[in-house]
Amino acid sequence: MQRIESFFDEIFGAAANPWRHLGALGFYFLWIALATGIYLFIVLDTGIEEIHTSIEYYTHEQWWLGGIVRSLHRYAADGLVLVMLLHILREFLYGRFHGFRWYSWITGVPTLWLVYASGIGGYWLVWDQLGLFSAIASAEWFDWLPIFNTPATRNFLPGVLTDRFFTLLVFLHIGIPLLLLLALWVHIQRVSQSDVFPARSLALGTLAMLLVLALAKPTVSHGKADLTMFSPVLHIDWYYLFIHPLMYATSPGGLWAIAGALTLLLLILPLLPHPRQGPVAVVDPPNCNGCRRCFVDCPYGAITMLPHPDKPGHELARVHPELCASCGICAGACPSSTPFRSMDKLVTGIDMPQQPVGALRAEMERKIAALRGQVKIAVFGCECAAASSRLESGDTAVLNLMCSGLLPPSFVEYALRGGADGVLVTGCREGSCAYRFGTRWTEERLNGRREPHLRPSVPAERLRLAWADRHEMSHLKATLDDFRQHLQTLGADEKRPRAYTPRRIVQHG
Amino acid sequence: MVSKSPTNPLVMVAQALFYGLFAVIIGYFSTSPDYHHLDPDTALIKLSFSTQAEPVGECRERTPEELAKLAPNMRAAKICPRERSPIRVSIDLDGKHLFEGVAPPSGLSKDGPSTLYRRFEVPAGEHTLSVKMNDNVRISDFNHVREEKMTLKPAQILVIDLRKDRGGIFFE
Repeated sequence: MQRIESFFDEIFGAAANPWRHLGALGFYFLWIALATGIYLFIVLDTGIEEIHTSIEYYTHEQWWLGGIVRSLHRYAADGLVLVMLLHILREFLYGRFHGFRWYSWITGVPTLWLVYASGIGGYWLVWDQLGLFSAIASAEWFDWLPIFNTPATRNFLPGVLTDRFFTLLVFLHIGIPLLLLLALWVHIQRVSQSDVFPARSLALGTLAMLLVLALAKPTVSHGKADLTMFSPVLHIDWYYLFIHPLMYATSPGGLWAIAGALTLLLLILPLLPHPRQGPVAVVDPPNCNGCRRCFVDCPYGAITMLPHPDKPGHELARVHPELCASCGICAGACPSSTPFRSMDKLVTGIDMPQQPVGALRAEMERKIAALRGQVKIAVFGCECAAASSRLESGDTAVLNLMCSGLLPPSFVEYALRGGADGVLVTGCREGSCAYRFGTRWTEERLNGRREPHLRPSVPAERLRLAWADRHEMSHLKATLDDFRQHLQTLGADEKRPRAYTPRRIVQHG
Repeated sequence: MVSKSPTNPLVMVAQALFYGLFAVIIGYFSTSPDYHHLDPDTALIKLSFSTQAEPVGECRERTPEELAKLAPNMRAAKICPRERSPIRVSIDLDGKHLFEGVAPPSGLSKDGPSTLYRRFEVPAGEHTLSVKMNDNVRISDFNHVREEKMTLKPAQILVIDLRKDRGGIFFE
């Protein structure tokens, strides 16, 4: 999966890579379907005799507006199903359905049903032979359940249907998508800064693609619904209506069994055995000044701010354990995480018990002091990305972080002033971070565009960023070799920050 | 690998190709492949009814003693059993047995309508359709019978219904 995504990065760029923004694309298709649906609702005549005629009118007579809008509505709905299924598959392949992610996974399941209920109802509204087929097949499916006193299929016998049926259908075709929106809002509740609109280039490209498709292959109806005849051959929309052939190939009970089993499987996936999550972030009130940076940077909204009990007028971060991803991005955001603090035991405002900032400083000091060679390089790696530990050598010290976002930018300056000639920071590609924002926040902090930022006095020549996923080890090695050669060309004292606390490093070394 | 610059012609061509592929996938499965629901030379016979059958027993007059035990406002002279009969159905097509079944009354007290829905694919053409139903357990034979010669056109849907307000069994 990562290889496919990396390939698409080269073409679309990470920000507009459709594979990395399937959820946002799904929202986008829904926005298009909703917007085009408003126009279709305005021009639709819901009389039993008129509904098909009105759709035929704006499909053929008003093709330049109504026809294109109808096609956009149809293809956006199809695109929604396609990217929704890919989104589920991608999250499943990445194992993103358990632990702190259980909520997003479970709340996504009802949206599947709502998408299908919205889409299938739309086909009935056209009231052509396909709509009639879908309506009868759906009624036969629901009649299998012992819930109707009078079979729903009897609604589609000659002389039974009235205009009210289509008024009800329109109501449902508006109401269910609104319910879908509500369900999606619930779905993204535990994700901060949700991706509900794709990057502009991806949005424009997708809209252009839909427009070209609408012009090249306009959506047309089958013949008008006739309750006394069936259509032997149907051009069905397999994205939505595949359930009908599946039912006729099995049985209504069989289809309920398949749909129920799949739904149940999706719901129980988070309950199946999976790797235990590491300890969650811990706040140290004496070292928290309530700056809100962890609150802003947390990708999962796991941090809220409370009045500080000991510092009047200040706030205190509070971690919600059930929401915490144990990524450490908060520790990287904390200004108290600076290694320049003189205390022997470095304690920061918010920290990860499994990789405390104090232990990271001690490890860095020890490893840098042990380096030998013409140039000494400190590498800050990420456990989720290319295996940076394989870069370790006599002149290269590697500090493997849980997420590159855990790195407080001041560690870069500290490494340079503590004996390293250069610092290489590596992690997942943009958009590939297992914790969403690790790569982005780190890059922005090191480039001075996000707090806490790397001080401008740190020479850019001695810092290199290399984003590489697990399969891109060769790229990472090549970057390190290139960086090493680059450092060799720099003079020993050229643009080098002044040495700092050599005594401490000697002590640890 | 091509340059990431969005103005690079190779990047633009590659993007156009992938957008095109995306469009083809959406557009193709939106209507294709065709689904052959039923053979074009067949017709469809649908058996569909939802009706209340006759009570399982006769109504009778209450005795004066029974009436006296009831509250004054409940003293209806006639009493009928609440439970309804199941509806037995037998269908023959061209002298061959097509379907036989029973639709029980719905409801916990078995006093609701009996419903049944079945569909049968048959070859189009001339047929003799014979439908028999019994909605009264007090009658041993079928009390609703209809037999008719008919020509079913290809793709025609014929509905068999039981509506007492329309004279019992009717074809539509």
